[in-house]
Amino acid sequence: MTALVSIDHVSHSFGPTKVLDDVSLHLAPDSYTVLLGPSGSGKTTLLSILGGFLNPEQGRVMIRGQDCTAMAPAKRPTATVFQDYALFPHMTIGGNVGFGLRMKGVAKAERDAKARAMLDVVGLAAAFERKPHQLSGGQRQRVALARALIVEPAVLLLDEPLGALDLKLRRQMQDELKAIQKRVGTAFIHVTHDQEEAMALADHVVVMNHGHIEDQGAPERVYARPATRFTATFMGESTIVTGQVANGMIETPLGRFPAPPDATQVAIRPEHVSLGGPIHGEVSDVVYQGAFRRVTARVNGIDLLARLPAETMLSTGQRVSLGIDPAHAIVLKA
Amino acid sequence: MTRAIAVAYALLLYGFIFLPVAVLVLFSFQGTLFPIPPFNGPSLRWYTAVLGDARLTAGLGNSVVVALISSAVATLLGFLSAWGFARFHLPASAFLRGLITLPLTVSYLIIGMGLLIFFNWIGLPKSLLAAGIGHVVINLPLCFAIIYSQMGDHQANIERAARDLGAGEMKVLLLITAPMMWPALFASFFLSMTFSWDEFVISFLLTRFETTLPVEIWNLLRAGLNPKTNAVGAMVFGVSIILAIIFELTAFRKRPQ
Amino acid sequence: MGVMSLHPKPGDGASLSAYAQFFTNPSYWHALINSLEVTLIVTAISVLLAYPFAWILAFIVPERWQRLALMLAVLPFWTSYVVRSYSWLLVLAEKGVVNSTLLNLGLLSEPIQIANTRTATVIGFVHFFVMLLTLTIFANLKQLSPNYRKAATDLGASGLQTFIHVILPLTLPGIMVGAFLTFVLAIGDYITPQILGGNNELLMPQLIMMQIGRRGDFASASALSLILMAVVTVAYLACARWLKIERA
Repeated sequence: MTALVSIDHVSHSFGPTKVLDDVSLHLAPDSYTVLLGPSGSGKTTLLSILGGFLNPEQGRVMIRGQDCTAMAPAKRPTATVFQDYALFPHMTIGGNVGFGLRMKGVAKAERDAKARAMLDVVGLAAAFERKPHQLSGGQRQRVALARALIVEPAVLLLDEPLGALDLKLRRQMQDELKAIQKRVGTAFIHVTHDQEEAMALADHVVVMNHGHIEDQGAPERVYARPATRFTATFMGESTIVTGQVANGMIETPLGRFPAPPDATQVAIRPEHVSLGGPIHGEVSDVVYQGAFRRVTARVNGIDLLARLPAETMLSTGQRVSLGIDPAHAIVLKA
Repeated sequence: MTRAIAVAYALLLYGFIFLPVAVLVLFSFQGTLFPIPPFNGPSLRWYTAVLGDARLTAGLGNSVVVALISSAVATLLGFLSAWGFARFHLPASAFLRGLITLPLTVSYLIIGMGLLIFFNWIGLPKSLLAAGIGHVVINLPLCFAIIYSQMGDHQANIERAARDLGAGEMKVLLLITAPMMWPALFASFFLSMTFSWDEFVISFLLTRFETTLPVEIWNLLRAGLNPKTNAVGAMVFGVSIILAIIFELTAFRKRPQ
Repeated sequence: MGVMSLHPKPGDGASLSAYAQFFTNPSYWHALINSLEVTLIVTAISVLLAYPFAWILAFIVPERWQRLALMLAVLPFWTSYVVRSYSWLLVLAEKGVVNSTLLNLGLLSEPIQIANTRTATVIGFVHFFVMLLTLTIFANLKQLSPNYRKAATDLGASGLQTFIHVILPLTLPGIMVGAFLTFVLAIGDYITPQILGGNNELLMPQLIMMQIGRRGDFASASALSLILMAVVTVAYLACARWLKIERA
């Protein structure tokens, strides 16, 4: 299978800071890829390089088998949806959406027809004559999407597109983005720092940190079996314990788990901790979260995080017995 | 390719912009009598001539005094009126605000004339005082605009807190409001100084014997091309640059606010 | 406030005659036309020269040098206005720099008259206003979100297309404001036309000054001033209306 997008050994620095360190990545057609990472991880820089707004110091970018490393954004088969949407304020929505076609020399009648069709796809058919300042944030975002999709790019790049929206709207837009991607079939590359968003949207999630890729793969796998400590702590919560390996098991203050010889630590997700079991500790914190209670218990000198049913009545200082499901313990190497 | 054109264009324009000033400074060092080509060896005779010219040095002194005082007054009045507008609901507020900023849109010539007629009417003779008042009039709208734009609601709250703690109006103004506004006050004062220092038309119309530097330079000009003018001009240029640099440096220090 | 007293009071009984004189005396009428012509030419040339310059400073000069480049471009702004106009005289006079250079290079056989003509006045004005407009247009360009240009190029626009369809429309209001400022300042300026244009062709401010200086005729001066103010007001209203149209 030839990758639609190939990033080969790309490195880049801003002054003395190395922002991308020998990053290589291959992306399949018709996939929804999410670049996930904290600020400074290099994800936005990588997106800029993909879009052609930045020339990498080292490495190559191949799109559809063509070397696009030095190609200008106008010539690349990519389209970008910017964080602030960058809708042209002096044009109507129809004018905005049709802009890319206009630059290609498409006649007005055809342009307008296609723009209307695309606006229909994103659910904003009625907005054709309006101006951007008359629309809400979520609507503007959809227009930006339409404007980018209309030029039929091979890859659609989205730079933290949902950052400016409130929670409910964000969830709604996440569903819509996924649906549109499936419908249109274009490969999406979406940058975010929100791991819940990443898990909800991605076919393929790429976890980045300090300019390199920590882990990548299907969200289920990356969550259940993270390859690095960073990934384990960045994706969801976990308690990390260090231990000693002996006889195929790693011995930690929280119990024994099967482990290969080079294991050094174990990460335990709070949802795999339950009431009743061999571990004894003292409750140090209880936070009610509606659907569950987030309980922190001090066990053998470790702060163990547990997600317990909402009905659990526990108070600080209470002694409690907890158990960990060994099947889901995440073994980490150095 | 387009880069080359851009660079060429920029250089051409820089050249155009600096041409007269370069000529001015160059010929201020002229050895012979006329500030025109050919250039005869650098000489400081005109600078000494300028410094020795009592009228010019007096004009310089007058300019400084008028600039300082009129800027101070303009800043003060601008502050008081901005505060008045921001804190109290005056009737026809928008209209009055427009009235205060009106002089900005009117040519200095017309303002000068209006003042001349007005002063004639009330019997105030042409003098540095008249010019000073004129400068206050032209700078007041600027000070008002700058200070008013900086008066926000959060400052109103701080003032309320002060009053709540027992401070009287005067104290609030002096100890709280004014110090909080210091960047705007400084900017107003400084800009007023800059405009007043260089101002010609109003000074020309409103002074007679004792006058400011730009007017003295003008009088020099009537006598024809004269390297003394170059020397004075170059010196004024130098002072202005220094003022600009000072402003730049302090403006930078203001940033962290 | 003292602002009210700024409005000149034409002498009692003579007020209407002063205005009548304006409309009947052809040289007065010509002064207004000259002022309008010169000011419009100056505004147009200054905007056309300043825009590309501001563009270069805002987008082509590397970020770290931009402040310096801008300050340099505006530095002569800080010379005394009188002195700066005078220094153009040095350049443009019969024995001045331009003529001497051209004569020495053999390109001319006798000096050409530039000083004391409308051309000199225009040059003097343009010199000043190019600096002013560069400053304002620069600020205007900088505050445009860079994402607009990025989005345009991303969608296939060339540099020229980006400029015509995106940047120009977005900066037009700012340019209008700058142009208006130029118009107002230029039309009311006495110094530059007086020093550089000489007395061959009179502009309004010179005419007004003449009334005060030589003839002590405040009535005429006031009348002329009010007419000038009226012209400015008309320009203001035109600009304001145009800006409102743009906003909608």
